[in-house]
Amino acid sequence: MSKSNDSIKKTLTVAFVLCLVCAVIVSVSAVALKPQQVANQELDRRSNILIAAGLITAQEATKERITEEFAKIQVKVVDLRTGQFTNDVSAADYDQVRASKDPAQSFALNKMAIGVNRLENYGLVYLVGNEANPDRIILPVRGPGLWSTLYGFLALEGDGNTIAGMGFYQHAETPGLGGEVDNPNWKAQWPGKKTFSGDTMQPQLGLSKTPDGVHEVDTLSGATLTARGVTNLLQFWVSDKAYGSFLAKFRQGGA
Amino acid sequence: MSKDSVKGVLISPILKNNPIALQVLGVCSALAVTTSMQVAVVMTVAVMFVTAFSNFFVSLIRNHIPSSIRIIVQMTIIASLVIVVDQLLKAYAYDTSRQLSVFVGLIITNCIVMGRAEAYAMQNGPIMSFWDGIGNGAGYGLVLLIVGAIREIFGAGSFFGMQLLSLTKDGGWYLPNGLLLLPPSAFFIIGLLIWALRSWQPEQNEIPEFKITANTKSGEAM
Repeated sequence: MSKSNDSIKKTLTVAFVLCLVCAVIVSVSAVALKPQQVANQELDRRSNILIAAGLITAQEATKERITEEFAKIQVKVVDLRTGQFTNDVSAADYDQVRASKDPAQSFALNKMAIGVNRLENYGLVYLVGNEANPDRIILPVRGPGLWSTLYGFLALEGDGNTIAGMGFYQHAETPGLGGEVDNPNWKAQWPGKKTFSGDTMQPQLGLSKTPDGVHEVDTLSGATLTARGVTNLLQFWVSDKAYGSFLAKFRQGGA
Repeated sequence: MSKDSVKGVLISPILKNNPIALQVLGVCSALAVTTSMQVAVVMTVAVMFVTAFSNFFVSLIRNHIPSSIRIIVQMTIIASLVIVVDQLLKAYAYDTSRQLSVFVGLIITNCIVMGRAEAYAMQNGPIMSFWDGIGNGAGYGLVLLIVGAIREIFGAGSFFGMQLLSLTKDGGWYLPNGLLLLPPSAFFIIGLLIWALRSWQPEQNEIPEFKITANTKSGEAM
């Protein structure tokens, strides 16, 4: 290394040129690969919907299979205030999580245990089969666990009461404890459980140390706060504050 | 270390001068990304790519790097390469990149990459530096793959996701050892590997900096 390298002019020139070159490389790779990455995320979200609904297993989640199965699913928008289908927003490009943060597209809730203060006006539902009498109703759910917000899907049978499956696609709970919400053996307990108490619209599903076998599944040991969060968020999204009034239509039709 | 032959810089970091076993660098990520073979392989390739090219580019401009900002210059090159790798993984190996999560980004802070740039690439030509990076990445990767193989076979009964041992939960005979899927198990395995390597090549043992004496006697304390 020669002395001339340590002049102020040389130092600034090297720093500037290096930053410029690196910035160009990083930006080009980020921009060029963006479409592929977005496609991957969308595919991942779709495969989670299908897995939650029990239409495919995690092992068979190939791109072709996901595209084929997802074609059977109709995406509809529900007005969470009335429980009716609506065409006010287009299902294809509606971002539910973003809408909940926009005052124009959401409304204030009374403070609740779940820690959600605002709820979006419209919610997405994924229906398998006929929209008036579907085979499966898949609802997006989210809520706080211990460390993170859990994002997932709850799949119900056409009666709007029997659970077909449940799964989270994004969370950051403690691996081995709260992270066990991803354990296939634990998730296998959900199908067949009932969402509501008797013929009422009172949510009863959840996690319990002493599951009643009808509505509740065995809780996650060592993960009290994650388990409480999961129970709260599931009960919230099927309650009449969120999708409850929408589900009530199917209960009357099917029960 | 034979500094001037390509073969030398490629082979020596694998056993004689292994970055994990001898220098005990990069252990943090080795604990995290060795639960399964697939993840370990992707991490190995990513680290080899980054060490090789960061060495190459640092060496290429080594005669123009002012010594006052040389660490920052090396960091900038390493960080840019890691971001490119991270973006590539997200685009073409999405599931694996989710399992690797933050550890791809943390290659930036992996001491092996920085260490080779500073110790080797600053003094040697680009081509030799490139091979040195490949060799050190491979040395790191070898440990990763051994640990990954042990952890996946005995922790989950599988190898590259294929079931080798039939698990009791599926009606088989093998009860998986859950500890092996948790990070502490990698400490034990890496520790045993270092012990085995140093027993085989005793010249790798460090000279103790001080000798531990026997317990203090009451007379000495006075």
